[in-house]
Amino acid sequence: MTLTLDAPRIITTKPLLRIENVSKSYGDVRAVRNVSAHAFPGEVLGIVGESGSGKSTLLRIMNLEELPEEGTYHLDMDNTPEAYSGNLFEMDRFARRMLCATRIGIVYQNPHLGLLMKHSSSGNVAERLLVAGERSFANLRAKAKDALDASEFPLERMDAPPAQLSGGMQQRVQLAKAIALEPALLLLDEPTTGLDVSVQALVLDTLKRLQQDRQITMVIVSHDLGVIRTLADRVMVMRRGEVVETGLSDQIFQDPQHPYTQQLVHAKL
Amino acid sequence: MTRILDIESLTKGFTLHHLGNELETFNNISFSLDAGEFVLLKGANGAGKSTLLRTLYRSYLPRAGKVRFQSSHGEIDLACAADVDVAHIRKTELGFVTQFLTARPRVSAEAIVAEPLRQASVATDEALDEAREALQVFGVKPDLWKAYPTTFSGGEQQKVNLARELILPRKLLLLDEPTASLDAKAREALVTRLKALKDGGTAMIGVFHHPDDVLHLIDRIVDLTPEYTHSEERSDVAL
Amino acid sequence: MTLSKLTKPWEAMSYGFIDGSAKREMRRKMLKAVAVPGCQMPYASREVPMARGWGTGGLQVSLTLVKPTTRVKVIDQGADDSVNAASIRRFIASVAGTPTTLDTLEADLIQSRHRIPEEIMCEDQILVLQVPNPEPLRGVQPNMSIARQMHADADYGRMWLQLYEQIVRSGRVMQGASYPSLVHGRHVMTPSPIPRWDVPKLHMSRHLTILSAGREKRIFAVPPFTRVEPLVFDDVPYQVEDHAGLTCYRSGAKGFFMNEIPQDDGSSVYEVSDSEWGVKAIRAKDGEDVIQGETWYKDGEMPQ
Repeated sequence: MTLTLDAPRIITTKPLLRIENVSKSYGDVRAVRNVSAHAFPGEVLGIVGESGSGKSTLLRIMNLEELPEEGTYHLDMDNTPEAYSGNLFEMDRFARRMLCATRIGIVYQNPHLGLLMKHSSSGNVAERLLVAGERSFANLRAKAKDALDASEFPLERMDAPPAQLSGGMQQRVQLAKAIALEPALLLLDEPTTGLDVSVQALVLDTLKRLQQDRQITMVIVSHDLGVIRTLADRVMVMRRGEVVETGLSDQIFQDPQHPYTQQLVHAKL
Repeated sequence: MTRILDIESLTKGFTLHHLGNELETFNNISFSLDAGEFVLLKGANGAGKSTLLRTLYRSYLPRAGKVRFQSSHGEIDLACAADVDVAHIRKTELGFVTQFLTARPRVSAEAIVAEPLRQASVATDEALDEAREALQVFGVKPDLWKAYPTTFSGGEQQKVNLARELILPRKLLLLDEPTASLDAKAREALVTRLKALKDGGTAMIGVFHHPDDVLHLIDRIVDLTPEYTHSEERSDVAL
Repeated sequence: MTLSKLTKPWEAMSYGFIDGSAKREMRRKMLKAVAVPGCQMPYASREVPMARGWGTGGLQVSLTLVKPTTRVKVIDQGADDSVNAASIRRFIASVAGTPTTLDTLEADLIQSRHRIPEEIMCEDQILVLQVPNPEPLRGVQPNMSIARQMHADADYGRMWLQLYEQIVRSGRVMQGASYPSLVHGRHVMTPSPIPRWDVPKLHMSRHLTILSAGREKRIFAVPPFTRVEPLVFDDVPYQVEDHAGLTCYRSGAKGFFMNEIPQDDGSSVYEVSDSEWGVKAIRAKDGEDVIQGETWYKDGEMPQ
């Protein structure tokens, strides 16, 4: 029995994120091939796959950093502004940037991609608020503080530059920045890779808490099955740019259908 | 009686691609369940009792057949419903109780017990109160309520898990040997809680190593051993 | 018809040193700059007999704008008598035959490095500011292509972020000169390294201001009666230098932008930075009949 995205949905409602038939190539390399993905409101969608499977490319496409050759992308947010109602790949550059700056949050594996290392941590969070038009210094401070607090960042260090912080703390700053504006969608690209195990657990726990408290829709990409298992409700398995299997998280881990998924799951320590 | 579940010709097997072989577990299982009914699954080791439970919960994908569940949103076939619908049903109407707790670092016992309530949109304080009550009932010492279950002994973790899984009344509960290695007091609490849920209309399908614990709850027995006929009235079956 | 009939007789150089086609380009770019206030327009920036970075941008604008009757004033950090100011003034006069002046009120065109005169300029005057670094976003975005996109998107979050960082680190905005300012509610410009004291003078001013960076080849403008608003947080007001209470030790003028002159004993005295304004004050004190124009700042306060 195969289950697809088109399996009958009785209860659940419209997906918040809807990507359809997306393909993206770099030269001769087809990084993402005809991929469709849905994420439903309040859900955590995990994307697993080995390096080069196209999962990070797909996430960057969701963040509109990369535009695919083909495909459509819709975000069905609460009171979606007119500008964001169509195929997001076809938006003009300005609308695209504003959408990313205000409604989509992202946490990169490499904090250098997401943070200004020499600015203060609170300033990194404030930047997003500033783009959204906040012009009161007191409000900026207060909101940055709230976001950092929600990410369980030690507030006494809120004005230290990320360059002086540990990897785990840098990820928290990224997270605070991502959630500062209550995004409709939170994208996580290997958020714990490279952190040592105890710190990894703390960051995962923070993510889980945030997800439960705020019901943020998340898409998390990782090659670490443990991370996906802890966080994701549903999992999408990618290989060589294609989706080989999607399913409920426990189904993927306990009863993988595709040979590749079985291999992947059995390879876990 | 209100029908809760119709299982029709459910078949499950595993394809082990790396070994290149097929593993049959059960074939053509059919039975139904009404609200408040308790069905015991019986069968030799390897007959597929736990597998059936997991298939009903959709942790396993069935090969064929239907699992028609009467949800509050209408009938839904758990065998082929969209993942997201199944996830929703799990949060609200379908429970799965094992003896193992999935503890998470830095989440206190009471918080983890309160979680199902919070997912069902119960206010945090109220949920925590109920959680503490449940922990009390299952005999977890109050000192431990705020502690992190990751470091608890197996027995204590199991109690926390039972408190968690049984806190929210569901339409259908799948019980996978929840009593195993449980001390007498907790077992008693569990049976009391199951009885209360059953009286409240929760249908249950259970696998028990020692069915004596729940003897008086059992309405029917389904035997999965292949040569047996599937359903029989409980009344005087020798266990 | 012969070729010589179609051309002018040979001259050693064009009027105002710069050749006709270069002037035409300058005029076009200035018109564009006026049409889109605060937006930087690229231009070719020709060679002039002066090193890049010494006011070549301003000089090219001045040479393009002058005619034989234009009265030219040149100041450098407020002073008419510094070497650089004097050289530029003489050069313009010698290649364009223009009269020169030191008096702000008499001037038709004022080329300035890093100050705006204290006396209010009016509709028929043009202020040319020399700009070393025209890109306000350079500090936050080293990639100029992206910076241009940011201007196009009015994406100035990073500029505010800089101010935020300064307040977090030092308790106040530390930006001294080149205070980033929003022109006509659209483009953020650097008003060249004029002190904060001078930025409000550009707001809804009656004169035309042209800012030109010769080395960086960018020109931008603040047309008359255009809003120029320094970037500030709603709850952290814009502050000018604390010079309102200072008195010039030479002229006795009070409430203007001052130069600090350190003394041997460690103390400081102050002299008014706008040298001609100081001269006028001294003359007036000596009983001479000088016309002192109305000043932007009154008793050290800029009227709203």
